[in-house]
Amino acid sequence: MSNNTIISAKDLSLTFQTNDGPVHALKDVSLDIKKGDFVSFIGPSGCGKTTFLRVMADLEQPTAGSIKMNGVSPEEARRSRAYGYVFQAAGLYPWRTIGGNIRLPLEIMGYDKADQAERVKRVLELVELGGFEKKFPWQLSGGMQQRASIARALAFDADILLMDEPFGALDEIVRDHLNEQLLQLWDRTQKTIAFVTHSIPEAVYLSTKIVVMSPRPGRISDVIESTLPRERPLEIRDSPEFIEIAHRVREGLRAGHSDD
Amino acid sequence: MKNLFPILTVVAAIVVLWYGAAVWLNAPWAYDKAQRADITLSTSGLIADTWSQKKPKLPAPHQVTQEIWKTTAEKKITSKRSLIYHSWVTLSATLLGFALGAVLGIALAVGIVFNRTMDMSVMPWVITSQTIPILAVAPMIIVVLNAVGIQGLLPKAIISMYLSFFPVVVGMVKGLRSPDHMQLDQMRTWHASGAQTFWRLRLPSSMPYLFTSLKIAMAAAIVGAIVGELPTGAVAGLGARLLAGSYYGQTIQIWSALLVAAALAATLVAIIGLIQRIVLNRMGMAQ
Repeated sequence: MSNNTIISAKDLSLTFQTNDGPVHALKDVSLDIKKGDFVSFIGPSGCGKTTFLRVMADLEQPTAGSIKMNGVSPEEARRSRAYGYVFQAAGLYPWRTIGGNIRLPLEIMGYDKADQAERVKRVLELVELGGFEKKFPWQLSGGMQQRASIARALAFDADILLMDEPFGALDEIVRDHLNEQLLQLWDRTQKTIAFVTHSIPEAVYLSTKIVVMSPRPGRISDVIESTLPRERPLEIRDSPEFIEIAHRVREGLRAGHSDD
Repeated sequence: MKNLFPILTVVAAIVVLWYGAAVWLNAPWAYDKAQRADITLSTSGLIADTWSQKKPKLPAPHQVTQEIWKTTAEKKITSKRSLIYHSWVTLSATLLGFALGAVLGIALAVGIVFNRTMDMSVMPWVITSQTIPILAVAPMIIVVLNAVGIQGLLPKAIISMYLSFFPVVVGMVKGLRSPDHMQLDQMRTWHASGAQTFWRLRLPSSMPYLFTSLKIAMAAAIVGAIVGELPTGAVAGLGARLLAGSYYGQTIQIWSALLVAAALAATLVAIIGLIQRIVLNRMGMAQ
């Protein structure tokens, strides 16, 4: 474990006890994520990618192995608000304005009023929603709502951003746009991002590191270090390099399925 | 306003049926009188008689309307014969009972949602409480409270509360549990306390459930207040008017008290409905 490792999992396993017997959601998963990495987790449903993210967030408890976030346990990381979590649904409260929704975690964490206002303004600019502070969620499109939910996760300056299929419910065109914005945001904020998806182009386009996972039991079948530059216009998706990486991801996914 | 036409159609149908039923139910007495007076009744004579008897089995709508007019508009509010006076007596007990019931219901629901022991121990009793006939419990509440020197408004309000807290408990338990897993996980990622989750998520989420159960609770509260008036010796209130009417066979009086009680309940429920619309609209939760 080097100095700039921010998330480190070692032999992590998680078994759910169900009526149909034990389900091995994660089995012996080991992974190091470096500070500033953009890591995508990709795989078919049941491969444990979301479970892995939830373990990082202390929303699930591993049954074996160890995991450190910022050098401490996920629980301590959660208590010290070391990460922001973006769910698949925006989950904005309809009775609060966009500004009010972003203020919500800040209120809970006890930031003072002036600080709250300043932060809300800043993160709204960051996700290009300046001027929408007083609008209500129903006045925004699905893509804008998801951007607001990302702004909410950014508002309290956590170093790590955990994103669970944040654009899964959006259409392709909106998704492209948001991917582009997310990359710019990552570049500007220097956050470490762990991103769950089941879209190969999305994973390749966004990531510095792609973790391919396979199901039954949930495990890592391949880790691909991206050779793409940090600066990525949308057209990069037609480059041979991009196609090469996408191909390797697809191979990894297929290999994971061969033992079905 | 497009709802008005169907409503008026139904009202008209009810009035027609009512007049018909009045002829049918009151005819035996009309024939009886005619026989003793040794006259034969024409059809029009029969109908006129059945719609104007002093103590009919079923009073005709206009008789009830006249009685309501006489006992509201033409009587001083302070008069014991004024239906407005009696309505106020019932209304005050209803509102107090409703308020007590709503507070008790919300308090129990909060306890049930936040405390597993209460969830296991209180809920069965809440349900059991409603299986006991209120008519059996009401006199005992009056008698016991009277023995400790409490009488008047409060005993009736307590009976009213007994009926109205139940829908509030059930609705609010459901409402406070309505936030989904994702919303609760989100609170967890922010390390929010139980109180913060309650005030910022659970309580606002429960509002649609609260208003729906408040409407049912209000209807139950007025029934409770009326039932509470029966064992007190029928001194005052709509319940007293109903009981006195049945003692003396004053069917017109019974029906007018009944209609006023129904109108009162409908008005109260409509007021809650209006508040519900305004609040949920402002919260962006209107269905």
